Amino acid sequence: MEAFLGHYNYWIVVALMMAGLCTVATSGNLVKKVIGLNLFQTSVFLFFISVGKMAGGTAPIVAEGWTRYSNPLPHVLILTAIVVGVATTALGLALIVRINRAYSTIEDEEIRRADLHRLP
Amino acid sequence: MRHHHVLHVVAKMTIPLILVFALYVQFHGDFGPGGGFQAGVIFAAGLILYGLVFGADRLRRAVPAGLAGTLAAAGVLLYAGVGVAGMLLGGAFLDYGVLLPDPMAGQHLGILLIEFGVGVTVAAVMVSLFYCFTA
Amino acid sequence: MEYLINTVLLALLAVTAGAIAYLRNLFAAVMLVGIYGLLTAAIFVILDAVDVAFTEAAVGAGISPILMLAALALTGREQTAPTSPSGAGIAIVLATGGALVWGTLDMPYFGDPLAPVHVHVAPRYLEGTLSEIGIPNAVTSVLASYRGYDTLGEVFVIFTAGIGAIVLLGNRRGD
Repeated sequence: MEAFLGHYNYWIVVALMMAGLCTVATSGNLVKKVIGLNLFQTSVFLFFISVGKMAGGTAPIVAEGWTRYSNPLPHVLILTAIVVGVATTALGLALIVRINRAYSTIEDEEIRRADLHRLP
Repeated sequence: MRHHHVLHVVAKMTIPLILVFALYVQFHGDFGPGGGFQAGVIFAAGLILYGLVFGADRLRRAVPAGLAGTLAAAGVLLYAGVGVAGMLLGGAFLDYGVLLPDPMAGQHLGILLIEFGVGVTVAAVMVSLFYCFTA
Repeated sequence: MEYLINTVLLALLAVTAGAIAYLRNLFAAVMLVGIYGLLTAAIFVILDAVDVAFTEAAVGAGISPILMLAALALTGREQTAPTSPSGAGIAIVLATGGALVWGTLDMPYFGDPLAPVHVHVAPRYLEGTLSEIGIPNAVTSVLASYRGYDTLGEVFVIFTAGIGAIVLLGNRRGD
């Protein structure tokens, strides 16, 4: 039981990561692929924060009466990564919108077929 | 969403609160949870909510696209400028201790300034991204 | 109690992720992304990462789904070609997942106060935040002062991504 609870967070992280990887690998729709990348990314965030948690600790804001704090370093890394992540996601979506304007589709098979037709 | 009266009334009540809360998160980040990144996204979420409920055009009148772009650059410049100011005053790049005679006060000032720069850039970039997808 | 909430929320998160991966309707998938973001924010609060929870609540449940919906409005909301999940893809996913689970077996237990991550750098920051920087929030002092250089780079990345999107789509009416 202890071993199960001690690893439960990591296993959920792996499950989320695989859900993201599966979406990226098996879906042909580009927006769906971006959603899959987002799932993957969030699983990594969750992993960092899980590793930084200390049992019986509190948020890393130094105050009277507390001696145990969770690790602030993963919080800093993930805090910035979340905002960077949404900015890069938006950049990816902007690329998809441009692809849609050029090809009138966002399915990767149809894009590849259109490219083959264009070849001389 | 022009005719949803409930949505309009609720949005009018909550948006000012969201924006004030964002400012609180920005400037209270030294002592409680908060800081530039959090405040920037909360501020931008408030503005984007306004754009969703009342139309992107009205948001564009309140925050012109050019202003958002300028502010995004200004925030980064403020951050880097604080770093360079530290160098000019004889410290290392981004060493805030030399900004004021008391190193601790200098740290406070430096953190306040760069967090403000981060908040401005994040909020302006998020609003610009919203404009990109509603252009 | 803390652990119970953590366990239940993580299970809900896994269910939501499975539904996102399974759904064909992109509109519904994006709505679930919003729920997923809110659940993640709640888990971050349980795991003592209040600063991160703030950001994730505003980004994951607010801005990110809105941008995805706006992109869908410009491209179409249904996944047209129903790509059947290929056997090779599933095999790769299962193999990778199995390898990662095997790797976690060597990890220190969740919340272990003696885990290497807690004894190495973090105590130095927690001691120094009041005596060197003078502010109680260790996250802010690490973000802005100890690792200020790192954060400057991140802000540049955000700025560059914003500029990239503006160059691709234009942020003025009628561009």
